[in-house]
Amino acid sequence: MSTESSPWEDHFSGPENQSHAAQLGMWIFLGSEVLLFTNLFVGYAVYRYYYPDVFAEASKHLKTDQAMVQTLLLVTSSLFVALAVHFIRRGRQFLTAAVLGAAIVLGVAFLAIKGWEYYEHYKEGLLPGEFFHNEELTKQGANLFFTLYFLLTGLHAIHMMVALGLLTWLVWGAMAGTYTAEYHIPVEVGGLYWHLVDVFWLFIFPLLYLVE
Amino acid sequence: MNPSAESSQPAITYLNHETTVKSWLLTHDHKRIGVMFLVGVILSLLLGGVFAMALRLELLTPGPTIMSPLTYNRMFTLHGVTMVWLFMIPAIPSAFGNFVVPIMLGAKDVAFPRLNLASFYIYLTGSLLTVSGMLWSGADTGWTFYTPYSTVSPTALTPVLLGVFIIGFSTIITGVNFITTTHTLRAPGMHWTRIPLFVWTIYGTSVIQVVATPVLGMVLLLVFIERVVGAGIFDPSRGGDPVLFQHMFWFYSHPAVYIMVLPAMGVISEVVCAFSRKNIFGYKMIAASTFGIAFVGFFSWGHHMFVSGQSTFTSGIFGVLSMLVAIFTAIKIFNWVATLYGGSIDLRVPLLYVLGFIFLLMFGGMTGVAVATTSLDVHWHDTYFVVAHFHYIMVGAVLMAFLAALHYWWPKMSGRLYPERWSFLAAVTIIFGFIVTFLPQFLLGNMGMPRRYYEYPQEMQWLHVASTAGASLLAFGFVLIAIYLLWSLRYGPVSPPNPWGSRGYEWFSGSPPAPHNFTQAPRFEREVHDYTVPEAPRVY
Repeated sequence: MSTESSPWEDHFSGPENQSHAAQLGMWIFLGSEVLLFTNLFVGYAVYRYYYPDVFAEASKHLKTDQAMVQTLLLVTSSLFVALAVHFIRRGRQFLTAAVLGAAIVLGVAFLAIKGWEYYEHYKEGLLPGEFFHNEELTKQGANLFFTLYFLLTGLHAIHMMVALGLLTWLVWGAMAGTYTAEYHIPVEVGGLYWHLVDVFWLFIFPLLYLVE
Repeated sequence: MNPSAESSQPAITYLNHETTVKSWLLTHDHKRIGVMFLVGVILSLLLGGVFAMALRLELLTPGPTIMSPLTYNRMFTLHGVTMVWLFMIPAIPSAFGNFVVPIMLGAKDVAFPRLNLASFYIYLTGSLLTVSGMLWSGADTGWTFYTPYSTVSPTALTPVLLGVFIIGFSTIITGVNFITTTHTLRAPGMHWTRIPLFVWTIYGTSVIQVVATPVLGMVLLLVFIERVVGAGIFDPSRGGDPVLFQHMFWFYSHPAVYIMVLPAMGVISEVVCAFSRKNIFGYKMIAASTFGIAFVGFFSWGHHMFVSGQSTFTSGIFGVLSMLVAIFTAIKIFNWVATLYGGSIDLRVPLLYVLGFIFLLMFGGMTGVAVATTSLDVHWHDTYFVVAHFHYIMVGAVLMAFLAALHYWWPKMSGRLYPERWSFLAAVTIIFGFIVTFLPQFLLGNMGMPRRYYEYPQEMQWLHVASTAGASLLAFGFVLIAIYLLWSLRYGPVSPPNPWGSRGYEWFSGSPPAPHNFTQAPRFEREVHDYTVPEAPRVY
């Protein structure tokens, strides 16, 4: 069993083996996450096929400019996370914490914009399911668009929060000196998770906002 | 290393090195987690069995017998939900897989021991939530939760859905753990072509668990949201499509059949070798057919929807793909029989269950091909014929393998032997009881008895009575097993390290194994189940 002082666990044959296992485990989990979203993408495809015009119409009620900014924020945050992995491999603990902190700030900004956007939808009555009420969009199917919109962006936001929690934990670990040039598995796999959450957005954004 | 030479039993085992309750509840030891899962799934089996007996008693007479129609609806739902999600999905992978897979690979533990413990507690939480929903006011949709009824059912479906959703996470974590363990923690000498077939099937199962379970999780979450905020995704009155639910549900729930049956096939591959004193015939074909089943299983969900308005062309494709499963299964069956052929057969209780398994799987598989034929299925859809078919697979195959595993690995897990004669009697009772229970249901289905019906015409009664009589035999068999296994925990003779003379890798460690499985670092220099060495035991 692992002791408190060493991060290396003795059921692995060595550091390389442990790192390999952690990365592989995370990749498999990411694959599983993709399938979680797939259902919603399928739902989107099916209902877009049923109500093509209504979906195009409903999509115009989303705030594309804000989403553009959100996209930039997220992509930049991914760059910072990639830099964090780069720095910790060289043992630069403070720099690692700093760039991770920057990524967290961008992530929080993303969520803030999302929250504001939700508030705007709330004022316009663009809400999921039976709460949907909007004078301009009265045709059947518009409520489904917004149900899917809230499900996709909401599930993504939940993933963002989990990932932000992970990054905060990593900043704490980096500041405490837990991660070194030799041992930095959590930074690597935590980074992978952040990138996946980012990639989800890169699919959600065009599907909901950009497709005519 | 060979088992007979290494047969010295370690004095300190995983059972006695720490004995406090806390050392169990917070353990990272895969063996203890496996045992905890085993206790959980056996309790679930008991619960599901009680519901099943209630159903069979109700169906003893054509009219009302012991319960109201509404209670009956709840009973079959609870029976299905408990048996599928609380018992069968975790039964072999999480309980026996956890216990023996790392030992078979020569590892000290699974790759992520803490996650493994988390998996158990997630399973426990989900199960308790599901059971609390059952106690609250039950659920009456059937285990398939079909929309649109499930979106409006007044019963406590919400906690049940949430519970099953949570159990899904446990399944995913266990799957991630086993795949990673198989890739990274193999002992020296454990090449890919030497991996025991049980590990191969657990690996294939894990792939399905990781890929399919999130889809189920999401669809259950959608029904949950539908019930809470009226999302409208599956509600035609809001423009949704209820059949979409069926697609999403069966995309998981068809492969889920293979989550249940593949590990069962792995158990059979191990037990058949151990008791015919021969290495498996066609190792590579069995391993490959495992992945054949796992792969094809993902493309056959539409055979549940032949009467859901699917196009004839689509149904035809799904029908043909479903039949491919029978080919892969047949490859396995022929190889098991070929392994038995010319072997030095020791007819012990685990092997008896294996023979039951092979026989019943043939019935289940052949009728599977029949119901995959669109024209026939239109007649049999939603009748007892289908009920009998999937019980032949799920009870006839999975439960037989579960019992084979329970008896085969009982000395490994507990260090005790069970009474041979009583267990033989129980095995015969269960196999015979099973046939008496479900063979009449094929006939009932063909006569037109629909599934989930509370009443039926007088002329069907004799078949229902036969079925209930068989179910009573099954229940008797299970009570017998429960009694002698509990007895053996305390009074059973202490087992030698390798009571079966098996050359499966897991028997290279003690029974029960040391806390870290092996007292010296294992090296695998021979094929698994290699009985050609002179010290291997034989039965003449």
